[in-house]
Amino acid sequence: MHDDKILGYQPGNSFIHHLNATTKLIFLILVSIACMVTYDTRFLAVICLFSLICLKIAGIKWKQVSFVVNFIIVFAIINIIAVFIFQPTYGQDLYQTKHVLISAGYFTVTQEELFYLLNVILKYICSIPLVLLFLLTTNPSQFASSLNKIGVSYKIAYAVSLALRYIPTVQTDYWEISAAQQARGNELSKKAHLVKRIKGTLNIVMPLIFSSLDRIDIISTAMQLRRFGSKKKRTWYVYEPFQLKDYLVTALAFILVLVVVVLWHVNSGRFFNPFR
Amino acid sequence: MNKPIIQFKDFSFKYDSQADPTLKHINLEINPGEKILLAGPSGSGKSTIGRCLNGLIPNVDHGELKGTCLVNGKDITKASLFDLSFTTSTILQDSDSQFIGMTVGEDIAFSLENDCFTRETIHQNVDRWATELKLKDLLKQAPQTLSGGQKQMVVLAGVLVDESPILLFDEPLANLDPATGLKTIQLIDQIQKEVNATVIIIEHRVEEVLARHVDRIVLISDGEIIADKAPNALLHQDLLESVGVRSPLYIKALEKAGVDLKQLPDISSIDALPEEKNIAEKLQSWENKQVPPKQKTEKQPLLTLKNVGHRYNKLQKHPLHDVNLTINQGDFVSIVGQNGAGKTTLCRIICGFIENEGQAFFKDQNLADLSIKERAEKIGYVMQDPNQMISQKMIFDEVALGLRLRNVPEEEIKDRVYQTLKVCGLYAFRKWPISALSFGQKKRVTIASILVLEPELIILDEPTAGQDWKTYTDIMNFLRELNQRDKTIMIVTHDMHLMLEYSKRSLAFANGQLIADTKPIDLLTNADLVKEASLKQTSLFELAKHYNLTDPNAFVQAYIDSEEASQHA
Amino acid sequence: MNQKGLSVKSVVAIGIGTAIYVILARFTSIPTGIPNTNIEIVYPFLALLATIYGPIVGFSVGFIGHALSDFLMYGQTWWSWVLATAILGLIIGLYSRKLDLEHGVFTGKQMFFFNLIQLIANLISYVVIAPIGDILIYSEPANKVFLQGVTATATDFIAILILGTILLKAYAATKVKKGSLHKD
Ligand SMILES: Nc1ncnc2c1ncn2[C@@H]1O[C@H](COP(=O)(O)OP(=O)(O)OP(=O)(O)O)[C@@H](O)[C@H]1O
Ligand SMILES: Nc1ncnc2c1ncn2[C@@H]1O[C@H](COP(=O)(O)OP(=O)(O)OP(=O)(O)O)[C@@H](O)[C@H]1O
Ligand SMILES: [Mg+2]
Ligand SMILES: [Mg+2]
Repeated sequence: MHDDKILGYQPGNSFIHHLNATTKLIFLILVSIACMVTYDTRFLAVICLFSLICLKIAGIKWKQVSFVVNFIIVFAIINIIAVFIFQPTYGQDLYQTKHVLISAGYFTVTQEELFYLLNVILKYICSIPLVLLFLLTTNPSQFASSLNKIGVSYKIAYAVSLALRYIPTVQTDYWEISAAQQARGNELSKKAHLVKRIKGTLNIVMPLIFSSLDRIDIISTAMQLRRFGSKKKRTWYVYEPFQLKDYLVTALAFILVLVVVVLWHVNSGRFFNPFR
Repeated sequence: MNKPIIQFKDFSFKYDSQADPTLKHINLEINPGEKILLAGPSGSGKSTIGRCLNGLIPNVDHGELKGTCLVNGKDITKASLFDLSFTTSTILQDSDSQFIGMTVGEDIAFSLENDCFTRETIHQNVDRWATELKLKDLLKQAPQTLSGGQKQMVVLAGVLVDESPILLFDEPLANLDPATGLKTIQLIDQIQKEVNATVIIIEHRVEEVLARHVDRIVLISDGEIIADKAPNALLHQDLLESVGVRSPLYIKALEKAGVDLKQLPDISSIDALPEEKNIAEKLQSWENKQVPPKQKTEKQPLLTLKNVGHRYNKLQKHPLHDVNLTINQGDFVSIVGQNGAGKTTLCRIICGFIENEGQAFFKDQNLADLSIKERAEKIGYVMQDPNQMISQKMIFDEVALGLRLRNVPEEEIKDRVYQTLKVCGLYAFRKWPISALSFGQKKRVTIASILVLEPELIILDEPTAGQDWKTYTDIMNFLRELNQRDKTIMIVTHDMHLMLEYSKRSLAFANGQLIADTKPIDLLTNADLVKEASLKQTSLFELAKHYNLTDPNAFVQAYIDSEEASQHA
Repeated sequence: MNQKGLSVKSVVAIGIGTAIYVILARFTSIPTGIPNTNIEIVYPFLALLATIYGPIVGFSVGFIGHALSDFLMYGQTWWSWVLATAILGLIIGLYSRKLDLEHGVFTGKQMFFFNLIQLIANLISYVVIAPIGDILIYSEPANKVFLQGVTATATDFIAILILGTILLKAYAATKVKKGSLHKD
């Protein structure tokens, strides 16, 4: 009801749902780094297609992600326009050639610039479906244990787990406090002027923050009473052992990284340059 | 021969921020395998003693400490929290904020994970306790989707997996429905026998705890131990009520009927009472003497609910649905039912915090047309969890908040706030910050902050959980007084006696449904309803049965009538 | 307890701090009326948390909080900006040793220096780290990213200047003086 549009785990039964969280995490990290590093259009295009297919396999519905995707489209367009406005010659600097399409003084459009912008867009389309996929198909508690598995210290992993555990709680608290404030007669309408709006927000945010600070004390005592942090390791109730498919998917991720390294050599750099 | 496992010697403790010590010259020895009930009024220092046993004092709460306290041979000033955590397992009072894991299963497993047990062992243990405590269906649920009582059971399981020599329960019953409360007490008893643990229970609901054998009751008042006796010996004295702790109802009934308690060898449970004819006669003749007070009639409908319900999510098994009822002006209604039945959900719907599937009318006004704020001008709601209501730092400001937002002149605010603080037993603390209050005191602050507004309809969600008898009576009498001034009151409660004594009408919920809307006494006479809504007969009823009185229900009614009459006098 | 590495309290502070960060980032931007410029409460909150719990918590909450809230809302993040926020938390956290909020002290002079430090921290984070990161990682044009950096510095500085100072002051006020409470 409270337009709580935050992406979160949606239980399901697809192949991707059944992959180990650690596998998905490794895959996500490696492939996003690969996509971040390379500007090879062919590689980006393949990954794009691949991740869109994965979304389909996981059975994710458009309405689950539409708000995010709409936002990203708007954001990507603004960003691309900004890049163009600030430096329309950026493409030709990168690719060292100049094929003019529309000659318009400062805003001269070149093939190089358009090609560069195409790469920027492709980069968005590559990583976003993968992240969406990860967020929507990974059980958050398994996520924490998988962080620990790939070498993050268990304390940090648990901190992340606590964060995921408390996001819904803090969200509920936020609405409860807001409701409780209104029930006491606090008007929180959007029509008020700025100072009033700031005051109104502070009236919810302050109790939220201060009660959460108290909660930090209480939770940390409760955790100490149950011996958190007493050993160098800990085990995880939710941990799932690796299966064959997990090894295979992990291997695929490493292969993709390898491809990027090879491409770097072939292109002698980050950029694939069709103009030379 | 037994060396005490817990030993306080002339022990005093003062929290840093306090001017006076909270615990004064405590001398107490507890032997291994003993079962102790720690009782005393709210704010007397019970939780503070508990915090010494698990090492939170002095490791987390700093203060001035005199004398010694040894737990399992370790001096608490020298032992770390970690050392003591193997000795003492604690259920903190505020079970809501003690829930650590992301799901029920993980929370139960938490300490096992930290001890690095293998995955298989952990799963076995979790399964075992989840089955024992009937939590199996909830294992995958997240904490914010549990009701107050369900959370408490999970926290209990999380502590029991540990199997430590000392088990400390700080108000384990506060949020549980009567039947579950009784089961919990039986369970604690059974576990103690299995692992031969030392058990310390802090509770206001003395009678419930005494349903199973207890070795000693330690009574605390204002930071001092004023009695340390076997239950029978303590009950023979008139100590409990003099410090504001409620003594078992059946004992009060015996006293009222003029039975001389000193003549009875064992009064620690109803079964132990001698089955003498003359006691039965005394009870019967006392019953016959009571006259029911006059009932008001002629009522105007105030709140009408039509097909009211709410479903939190698709997975929910028994969402609240199809509630149809009318609350009349001047009603005093109690809402009862099993944990997770949907009582709090109903309150939230009425106040507009969550959506309503059906329709609700206040007088002739459709509530759907009103914002939360507009509803609040007519309906005041005291939430179950006090932490969600408190927004100010100082007690006075918190209680005054609603009046200030309604632009009441500051002079009048002061009068009204002080008046309400007195009712809630908080006047002595009026200049304190809320952070220095005990749990029960915090809850009272939230009650005060609604009572001060005197709305037409007041809804209280378990106002008496964690309150001692004296404050409880003060608050309830004030509500009764408001009720006589034609305010309408709805109370969610797990306290059967409260329901009988104060409310005129009961709504019982089970599995998201309204299963009964009737007089309290009729609710408890119906064995099916009692079972379905997870309720329990009071000990008055048991007493009447024990002495074969002709009509046990009439006896219960007589007792209530006499209480009400004495309040009016 | 022989506590190696992070204390339990820091772990919890990072966890719950991050949760609050995400919720504040999602729900509490106050529009100023100027398009695309909001007053963000997250940065003042980060300043408060870093001041109470120190640089490690400040860094971690900045890092995890920023990354997580981006992912949960937009499905992606900009690592250079994540790092910048983390450094902001780190620097303010380092300064916390000079403050004594735990005992309810927050003088005018401390207020001044706190805001000076947060200005410097903002400059380092959003005029140096974030833009340079954008250029190195994402190969974006320099003048675009520096302009974004300057705008971010200005709005964050003002948010912390006003709301951050209020929060710190309010926090100091919740601390009770030793031996000050008695019933009357
Ligand atoms: N952290 C604290 N700092 C200062 N004073 C405290 C603190 N905790 C408790 N006190 C004070 O110590 C007294 C005893 O508190 P305690 O929590 O032990 O009461 P209690 O007997 O458990 O009450 P309740 O039944 O309401 O839980 C109270 O008056 C309270 O104000
Ligand atoms: N925010 C929520 N999201 C999902 N499910 C919820 C939420 N809050 C409560 N529930 C579920 O709704 C049901 C009714 O909860 P509610 O809090 O109304 O119970 P209750 O009758 O007040 O119980 P108690 O006596 O234990 O407080 C429970 O089964 C609970 O698990
Ligand atoms: Mg207590
Ligand atoms: Mg409830």
